[in-house]
Amino acid sequence: MKTMTKLWATAAICGAVLSGRAFADPHPDAELIIEGELHIATRAEPPEHLGGVLPEIYSGWLFRTDETRELQMDDFDNPGMLFAERGEDRWELAEGTANQSCADCHGTVDSLAGVRAVMPKVNENGELWSLQNYINNCRTERMGADAWGWNSEPMKDVTSLISLQSRGMPVAVKIDGEAAEFWEKGREMYYTRFGQLELSCANCHEDNWGRMIRADHLSQGMSNGFPTYRLKNASIVPLHQRFRGCIRDTRGESFAEGSQEFRELELYVASRGLGLPIEGVSVRQ
Amino acid sequence: MTRRSLSAAFAATAVIWGGATYADISPADITWEDEVAISVSLTGTPGDPEAGALAFSSRSIGNCLSCHMNSDMPQHDFHGDIGPPVDGAGARWTEAELRGIVADAKRMFPESMMPTFYNDNPDDYIRPGEAYTARAHNPETFSTLLTAQQVEDVVAYLMTLTDW
Repeated sequence: MKTMTKLWATAAICGAVLSGRAFADPHPDAELIIEGELHIATRAEPPEHLGGVLPEIYSGWLFRTDETRELQMDDFDNPGMLFAERGEDRWELAEGTANQSCADCHGTVDSLAGVRAVMPKVNENGELWSLQNYINNCRTERMGADAWGWNSEPMKDVTSLISLQSRGMPVAVKIDGEAAEFWEKGREMYYTRFGQLELSCANCHEDNWGRMIRADHLSQGMSNGFPTYRLKNASIVPLHQRFRGCIRDTRGESFAEGSQEFRELELYVASRGLGLPIEGVSVRQ
Repeated sequence: MTRRSLSAAFAATAVIWGGATYADISPADITWEDEVAISVSLTGTPGDPEAGALAFSSRSIGNCLSCHMNSDMPQHDFHGDIGPPVDGAGARWTEAELRGIVADAKRMFPESMMPTFYNDNPDDYIRPGEAYTARAHNPETFSTLLTAQQVEDVVAYLMTLTDW
């Protein structure tokens, strides 16, 4: 009985915090309009598979400061655009034993519009591949060139460029059919409490989005903005690098960037944002 | 004797050499009261509320402030709001309950997001790492998040929080 009274007291205090939650909620009415022209929705109806755990889905953009949000509204101010620009040069660069460039097969890069929105995707051999895997497959199998490292500069440049071609197109990953088993594994991972701090993705991004961990404003952990220019890293941060950072912060042993586990998690996380537009290269804190 | 228990033995010896006459109670040796509380001090040395306040606010020690608002610490910015505020904790809980919560909050609150601050068994975790390196843990050096004395210090500090 004594404990119950204390629990009620705790609940009352929690209630007070909840009612004060508004200050930390996602921005109530900010609109992401790039260069004054391109309207990108940052709110959407949650996908059915979430079963109502989120009332609405929000881009991470809505959780950032005014200054950070503004950087993404102007392509000249968005530092991620420099990576995409370098990607254009790499697109034209003939390399490898075949002496071929991306452009030799794909023509102009806008032919890849929509590709980023469906990544990761099951390939013709039944493997779940991220955009990086498809790029490296082109390099090693068609061009006769070396594969790029997952977090390497050229990979950041070209994934930024390709992602930009899908800017404004809703996330459209396939989660049924051959993808279903990968999606299930990714889902299980999302709810697994890793590391000595025993934290799952869901602890922060499903149960506590909108709240603060010290100075960090927790978002819903949506991936539609990746690759993202992260001010803290002063570079493009690929999604798997961010996953690694999160697991590190649980005092956990991470999986490797590009690993099967992270590709499965990538698919599941992408599917939580089904319907949110790709932001190409977003800007985050 | 495993290397692990050897190093534990050395640690206990070191405490005695350091002038204490009381070995810390290891996580595995805790006697839980009603499965949620710890009535006996983990060290036999009274907790120091000032050291506990430092552990509470410091990112590199307890970092409790990261998730818990605390009106007693207006000098610090950015109080988290993941867990309940700790205001009045010393009036709402007994010392034994607070010791249990700080050591292993999931006993009192099974679904809690709060980390277990006093458990040195890596087998209780999924992919425990080597601190914040993202690398695999070293079974020989894996340790509790707070030392026994730091648990006592934080508890002593929380006991001073009686206003709410």
